[in-house]
Amino acid sequence: MDWISAIVQGTLLGGLYALFAAGLSLIFGVMRLVNIAHGDLIVLAAYMGLSTTVMLGIHPFVALLIVMPVMAGIGYVLQRGILNRTLGDDILPPLLVTFGLSVILQNALLEAYSADPQKMNAGVIETASVPVGGLTLGVLPLLTFGIAVAVIAGLQFIFYRTSLGRAFRATSDNSDIAQLMGLNKTHVFGMAMALALAVTAIAGILLGIRTSFDPSVGGARLIFGFEAVIIGGLGNLWGTLAGGVILGVAQTIGAKIDPGWQLLAGHIAFLVVLAIRPQGLFPRVSH
Amino acid sequence: MPDPVLSLRSLDAHYGDFQALFGIDMDISEGEVVAIIGANGAGKTTLLRSIAGLLKNEAAQVTYQGGSIGALRADQVAHKGIALVPEGRQLFPSLSVEENLLIGAQTGRAGPWSLDKVYTLFPILKERKDQASTTLSGGQQQMVAIGRALMANPDLILFDEISLGLAPVIIKSIYDALPSIVGDGMTAMIVEQDISKAMSVSSRVYCLQEGRVSLTGATNTISRDDITRAYFGVEA
Repeated sequence: MDWISAIVQGTLLGGLYALFAAGLSLIFGVMRLVNIAHGDLIVLAAYMGLSTTVMLGIHPFVALLIVMPVMAGIGYVLQRGILNRTLGDDILPPLLVTFGLSVILQNALLEAYSADPQKMNAGVIETASVPVGGLTLGVLPLLTFGIAVAVIAGLQFIFYRTSLGRAFRATSDNSDIAQLMGLNKTHVFGMAMALALAVTAIAGILLGIRTSFDPSVGGARLIFGFEAVIIGGLGNLWGTLAGGVILGVAQTIGAKIDPGWQLLAGHIAFLVVLAIRPQGLFPRVSH
Repeated sequence: MPDPVLSLRSLDAHYGDFQALFGIDMDISEGEVVAIIGANGAGKTTLLRSIAGLLKNEAAQVTYQGGSIGALRADQVAHKGIALVPEGRQLFPSLSVEENLLIGAQTGRAGPWSLDKVYTLFPILKERKDQASTTLSGGQQQMVAIGRALMANPDLILFDEISLGLAPVIIKSIYDALPSIVGDGMTAMIVEQDISKAMSVSSRVYCLQEGRVSLTGATNTISRDDITRAYFGVEA
């Protein structure tokens, strides 16, 4: 029973990892940009949630109504103001610039909030649990997983059922020809980053409710996000969810064997997938 | 002669250090079908890409409907009503046939062309609408590329090598469809390797040679010998 419990807990944890990864996957899919600052943007969203809840005295989930649009706005401005200028045939400039952005974000957060670990207070929901078939599952992890599924489904809908998604896919296929259709590439990329950071806002708030955080934890979130994307296969959002779940389950099983093995087991699972199937488990069907 | 809808004045184009066009002057009137012919590398595709905004120019080098558009981006030019059917079709592989057509209407310009009208022109596309565009034959892909450009309801449509790599019977069916496309008063520029095809649908012709206009005139006044000279730059 303990093992089943570990697997179920890991699956639910995977939902959070999928939320870390969804924005990365989206940005890479649309504009081939690897955003090294993604983890720090998640932490930025967590701090924004913290400030909003403290100042306005509202529940973290209500704070999402403010943090999501603010993060989306930051994403749009960031993309059009800085990141669009780094995109081109050379893949190095975006890596260097987002790495620099990561350093700036960490230090700005350190100045503003100090290095003390902080946590958001979500009230009774943090400790509430429900019995499910002999297991006791936390309400928060269940909710997180449900939100992750909803977010992935929502992104999938946007990508394949709306004109915005059509613009994303067309620009990703061939940005010159997309321009001929009247699509302004810089605007389309701005919208993609806005959408990615709106998802990041959700991930950051859920992270900040689940665990304590400080300005330095972004790097590990980035790694988890990357691993989920690679395990799942590039460009496949449902694959990213599966990747997050595999990573989460590996970690909880590792922790079950020995608490010190939690992170190691996740990385090993990632390396095994990379060695056996470098393209990921569910890569987007190639055309 | 009415005011030209499109005027090029001393249009140059460069790819890095390489100059592809040298001081091109052209005037295209509304409703005209103009053929652009010339050997490989003469600058025909470069000319269309410059007009469509994929290559940057000085603002005043391209005038369209009375406004200077030379310095606009391709998406801004598209909103002005110029559509390009690019060489080699260049469909979006991630989009279905119908999505490829719908994205052509992204500019939201009003006009006679709609999804239904494109499907009436090319009925086969309706049967294939949910397929990936890459699963179509070359001729069907060319129909999608043309339909995609028409969906923008352009005033000026640029065709780049629409018969390239297609079987003769397909080329014939596409050229048979051309009159119903440009019949609505649409202005068209057609780049074509097949000179007789180009001459058969156009009223005027420009011949390019090494980035310069080497011959121009009404289609019915130009002889084969003139073209051969202008094409290759040698006495025939």
